[in-house]
Amino acid sequence: MTEHVAASDGEQGAGAAHPGRDETAGTGPGSGSGSGSGAPSRRSLLGWGGAGLALGAAAAGGAAAAVTSGDSGGRGSSEAAAVAFHGTHQAGVSTPVQDRLHFAAFDVKTDDREEFVQLLKDWTAAAARMTGGRTVGHGAAGLPEAPPDDTGEAVGLKPSRLTLTLGFGPSLFERFGLKDRRPEALVDLPKFPGDNLDPARSGGDLCVQACADDPQVAVHAIRNLARIGFGTVAIRWSQLGFGKTSSTTPGAQTPRNLMGFKDGTRNIASDETKRLDEHVWVGAKDGTDWMAGGSYLVARRIRMNIETWDRTSLQEQEDVFGRDKREGAPVGKPKEHDEPFLPAMKPTAHVRLAHPDSNNGATILRRGYSFTDGTDGLGRLEAGLFFLAYQRDVRKGFITVQRHLARQDALNEYIQHVGSAVFAIPPGVRDAGDWWGSTLFGNAGN
Amino acid sequence: MRAVRVSVVTAATAAVALACATGCTAKSDADSGNAIKVTAADSSCDTSAKQAPAGQVTLSIDNKGSKSTEVEILFPDDRIVSEKENIGPGTHYTLTAEIKPGSYEIACRPGMKGHGVRQKFTVTGGAGSAKRDPQADGAVAAYREYAQDQADQTLPKVKVFTDAIKRGDLEAAKKAYAPSRIGWERTEPVAESFGDIDPKVDTRADGLESGQKWTGWHRLEKALWQDKKIGPAEKALAGQLVTDLTDWQQRVGKAVISPTSMANGAKELLDEVATGKVTGEEDRYSHTDLVDFKANVEGAQKAYELLKPVAAKHDAALTKELDKQFASLNELLDGYRTGAPGSYAYKSYDKVGESDRKQLSDSVNALAEPLSKLAATVVAS
Repeated sequence: MTEHVAASDGEQGAGAAHPGRDETAGTGPGSGSGSGSGAPSRRSLLGWGGAGLALGAAAAGGAAAAVTSGDSGGRGSSEAAAVAFHGTHQAGVSTPVQDRLHFAAFDVKTDDREEFVQLLKDWTAAAARMTGGRTVGHGAAGLPEAPPDDTGEAVGLKPSRLTLTLGFGPSLFERFGLKDRRPEALVDLPKFPGDNLDPARSGGDLCVQACADDPQVAVHAIRNLARIGFGTVAIRWSQLGFGKTSSTTPGAQTPRNLMGFKDGTRNIASDETKRLDEHVWVGAKDGTDWMAGGSYLVARRIRMNIETWDRTSLQEQEDVFGRDKREGAPVGKPKEHDEPFLPAMKPTAHVRLAHPDSNNGATILRRGYSFTDGTDGLGRLEAGLFFLAYQRDVRKGFITVQRHLARQDALNEYIQHVGSAVFAIPPGVRDAGDWWGSTLFGNAGN
Repeated sequence: MRAVRVSVVTAATAAVALACATGCTAKSDADSGNAIKVTAADSSCDTSAKQAPAGQVTLSIDNKGSKSTEVEILFPDDRIVSEKENIGPGTHYTLTAEIKPGSYEIACRPGMKGHGVRQKFTVTGGAGSAKRDPQADGAVAAYREYAQDQADQTLPKVKVFTDAIKRGDLEAAKKAYAPSRIGWERTEPVAESFGDIDPKVDTRADGLESGQKWTGWHRLEKALWQDKKIGPAEKALAGQLVTDLTDWQQRVGKAVISPTSMANGAKELLDEVATGKVTGEEDRYSHTDLVDFKANVEGAQKAYELLKPVAAKHDAALTKELDKQFASLNELLDGYRTGAPGSYAYKSYDKVGESDRKQLSDSVNALAEPLSKLAATVVAS
C-alpha cells in the first residue's frame, strides 16, 4: 500500500517545485515508507496538479478499497478505506462507528465574522484532504526555513475511515449577529440532579468530532485543525476515546463499556434510513431552515466509579443494567437482541428507564466512547464513558431521557456526569464548492 | 492565521536558492577550474581573485602556516556566509558556497581567533541572479545595534540589583530584580547563541545538571523571596552575575546574526513565553513573570519591525496578520499593568487565574503561529 504515501505528498502543483527532486518518480521527501520502491507517483495517478478529490483507494499493488458514503451504511468497509466527506449529511453521525475518537470543543477568539467564515472554509478544505488520507496545505515538507503546513505524523497512514463532524454551540449564537438564527431545538441543557460539571470540560462555541480506526489519524486531524485555527479559535477542552461503546452496525458484535456490559444494543443502525429520518436528521419543516439535514449533538463526560463498581455483586450489576453480563440479554430473555420485556426489570434498571417505551418514544443515536485518562490523585482510574448522542431535537431526545435517568437510575450510584456540551450539527458539505456552515453563514449556501 | 504561504513568486525564487539558501558548504575533492585559491599563513591571507560571478563560488584553501586556521566568507556586517574551521597546518580544503551578488570579505583567522586577516571580495551579478536585499542587511545591522544597546542599558540596572544585595537590603533587591532582567529577556536568543553565558545567569532550579553550581538571577530570586535572607554566598553570587553579564555585554556585538536568525529569534522569544512565562515557571518565587513576558514580546516585536519591510514585499498578508496579533497581545498585557502606562509594573503572576492564563496562552499561540512563517519570507533576502 505505497499509494497513500504518494497521495499524501503535498500538492506541489502551485509551481513550488522541489529543486533537485525527480519530478517523475517516487514519493516526496519525508514520506515514510515506500519511497524508491517503484511506487507510481501521485502525479502519474492523478495528473499534474492533482485532482482535489479524496482518494482513499489503493491503485498500486493493493486491492482497491471502496470509498463508503458518509451517510449510508458502509458495512464491511475495510478499516483502511476513506469515508466520503461530501454528502447531504455530515459524516460521523450515522457512519458505522470507528474505533477511536478525538473530540475537541473550541472557543471563538475573533469578533470578525469574515475571518471566522474564512476559518470554516479553510477547515473544510483541510478536512476534505485529511479524510481522504492526505496532508493539509502544502504537505509535511516545504521550505527548510518554514514550519511545514502539515504536522506530518499521519504521513504514510491510511485514511482509517476518518470522519470530521463540525458543530455550533449555543454560545456561538451570541456572536456575529446570529441571535435570531439560533435553532429552538438547540436549548441549554437544564441542570440534572447529580450533575457535577467542570466548566473547564463543558460548553464551547464549536466542536469537531474526529473519529478514525487509527488513534494517530484522529489526533492528527484535531491537531492540524487547531493549528489552522490559532488566532481565530482556541481549543477549550478535548477528549480522547477508544473502544466504541455503541454499535451503529447491525449484526456486529455490540461493544462493551468499561463496566463490562454491552452498551447500545438497541441503537439506530446506519442503514435504518427511516429511523434516522425520524429521530436523527432535522427535517426541512422543523422550523430552522439552515439546519435541514443536520442534527443535534449532546456530549457528556460521564465518570465511572470503577473501583466501587468492581466490588459490586454480579446480581446487583445485572439488576442495575437490566441485562445479563455475559450475553447482554434483557432480563428473562435468552439472547442479546431479544425484545426487552420492561416489567421484568427492576423499576430503577438503566435499560428500562432509558428505553423509548419509558420516554414517549424518545430515541437517540448513541455514539459514545470509553475513556481512560490515567489515574486521579487518589489512585483511582480516571475513566468512564464519553457519551455522544445525536437527535433531531434535544428537548425530545436527550433531555427527556436524562430527566428520567437522573432521578431514578440505579446506575447513578456508580457514575457522575462531569462534563457537558450541546451542539447544532449543520447539514453536510455538499460538494467541493461548499463549506462547513454555509447554510448559516453563506448567502443561500454559496 | 490562514495557512499563509510564501507567494508562488517567492517560492519559485526561493526554490532556485533552496538547495543552498545563503550558504551551505560542500566538500569536493575535485577543485573546479575556476576556484579561487586562498593561501593562508600565520599573518597573511592571499586570494587569487578579488571577484567571482554569482552562484557557486569555490575556495581552494591551502594552510601554509604553522597554526590551524579558519577561513570564512563574510557579509559586510560580519555575518558568515560560509566557513571552515580547523584547517590544520599544511592541509588543503575546498569550500563551496552559493553566493548572491554583493560585497563580501574573505577572512583567514590563524589560530582561529581574533579579527583575522581579510580581503575584500566582490560577487558580480550574473543574468537572472537575485541581488541581495540591502534592506535585509540594514535590518541585521540595526538589530545588532539594538542587542548591544540592550546589554549596555542592562548593566547599570543589574548593578542596582546587585548593589542592594551586597548592602544586604532585601526589599531594595526585590524591587530591582525584575527590571534588571528586561534587556536580557528582550534579546535572549542572541544571548543564548553564546551558549556559555545563559546557563550561568538564567538557569532555573529544574534546569540544573547534576553537579552544576546554581548561579545567576533565579538563584538570587529564590534567596530573596523564598529564603528571605542575604548571606555571604548571595553577595558572592551578585558579584558573579555582574561579571557574567559584563562578558555578555562585551560579546553581544559579535553575535552571528542573519535575517533568518532574527526571524527565528522572534519566534523563539514567543516559545519562551509559551513554555516558561505563561505557566509561571520562570519566576516561580517572585511571580514577576509578566515583566519577562512583556520583554520577550518587545524583543520579538523589535526583530519583526526591522524585518517587516522585507517580509511585506513577499507576503503582505502575513505582516498584516502579525501587526494585528502583536497589537492584540500587547493590549491584553496592558490589562495586567499595575503602574503608569509604559511602566514595567505588572500584576503578580500568582494572582493570575487559570482562565486568564489560558487567554494569555491563546493570544501567544495566535501570534507565534504566523510568526513561525516570518523566516521563510526573509530567506530570499
